[in-house]
Amino acid sequence: MTPTHTDKSYEAELSGLRDRLLEMGGLVERAIDASVRAITERDTALAQSVKTGDREINRMEVEIDNGCRRILALRQPAASDLRFITTALKIVTDLERMGDLAVNIAERAMELNQTPPVAPMHDLSKLADLSEAQLKKALDAFVTHDVEEAEEVMHRDDLLDALYLKIFNDLLAIMMEDSRQIRRATAIMFAAKHLERFGDHATNLAEMVVYMVRGTDVRHPRSRGEDVPPHQA
Amino acid sequence: MSAPAKLTAVDLHAFFRGTEVLRDVSLEIPPLSVTAIIGPSGCGKSTFLRCLNRMHELTPGAHATGRIELDGQDVYGRDVDPVHLRRRVGMVFQRPNPFPTMSIFDNVAAGLRLNRIRGDHEASVERCLRQAALWDEVKDRLGASALGLSGGQQQRLCIARALAVEPEVLLMDEPASALDPIATAKIEDLIHELKTRYTIAIVTHNMQQAARVSDRTAFFYMGDLVEVGPTEQIFTTPREQRTEDYVTGKFG
Repeated sequence: MTPTHTDKSYEAELSGLRDRLLEMGGLVERAIDASVRAITERDTALAQSVKTGDREINRMEVEIDNGCRRILALRQPAASDLRFITTALKIVTDLERMGDLAVNIAERAMELNQTPPVAPMHDLSKLADLSEAQLKKALDAFVTHDVEEAEEVMHRDDLLDALYLKIFNDLLAIMMEDSRQIRRATAIMFAAKHLERFGDHATNLAEMVVYMVRGTDVRHPRSRGEDVPPHQA
Repeated sequence: MSAPAKLTAVDLHAFFRGTEVLRDVSLEIPPLSVTAIIGPSGCGKSTFLRCLNRMHELTPGAHATGRIELDGQDVYGRDVDPVHLRRRVGMVFQRPNPFPTMSIFDNVAAGLRLNRIRGDHEASVERCLRQAALWDEVKDRLGASALGLSGGQQQRLCIARALAVEPEVLLMDEPASALDPIATAKIEDLIHELKTRYTIAIVTHNMQQAARVSDRTAFFYMGDLVEVGPTEQIFTTPREQRTEDYVTGKFG
């Protein structure tokens, strides 16, 4: 157990910031889940709720940003506190973008729900589950300072990329077979692409967690001339 | 560290009347750079500084063991004259302490006279006042009393006085703790200037000041040197938990 800050109000500000980030992460988790269910369960009202709910995610981004700036200005954080604040400033942007991707998927859902279903959706559901799990694991790693879990998120991004590619090829086949399906298949393709991007943001989160805990930057190994593991290529 | 250290402490122990206040400290101070020494009150940081130019031994009941090397020469060696050593390793203190009865000019020249340095004192005084970033403020009143200067100006005058004997190392013990933020900024700006000519070691309670002015930072705690490293590393990714706790404000 690491000791706490002598100044209790500082301790409270830092833990308050951590709680808000987790709260925001929870909203994003629910948004991505709902947006994909809006497609698979053809639930337009659910899609609408994702769009409405994004306002709260955006509001929290601004609030957390302000909180970080306040601590930087008033507390001059150092060492692990400094790494925590800079991490928070970065992951809040990723989380907000992830919320936007959920909205994008919800919009595709609204479009798709106007017309009959085009293809089996279980791969899309699977991709959604994977993406959501990535976010959940990244947030867990953030809370527990678990570098191994963060690294697992970075490695698992390959699975998402592979599944996205499979969905892409399947949809391509459907479009080639029946050109009337192009509009709808494209909408699903976009949704799948958004999920894949969602996963990339989860990877960003995980990389920042490694930085926060260890103080080492694991982003862009190639630009530092290091050997690139396959999942980061 | 590329260049050989200017000052090196090897297995240094310091005592006050039998109480050990520094335990087995080994630390290298690289040339032409600023080394900050931080730590809570009583951690031994001022004592360490005072060992470097043998001022520690002037305190009754105080002694030290181990070695301090200046350019590789043991400063505690039998043939070393401490007065000569202190010319090479000058010191600036927490409270500005100009000679009260002397003019601004004489305060700077005093160091030269005391050390019987001959030559063009006027040129030397101007050089030192310029190096201490005080010349423009006092050039028209060099004959006025040093006590008429503000606290920040007095501290820069003391720095000019320390520079007069052309030291190689400047030790600063809390040089800005009695000054307001503007005077502090001037001293810190001056430290950046001075490190191009002098090796500087500065003791400070103010962690932000250490972060701002120094190239390397050493953290002392209860007589131990806990960690030393590049300042950026100490304040972003310290290796030792005790350093981490201190720089983040977790004081137990």
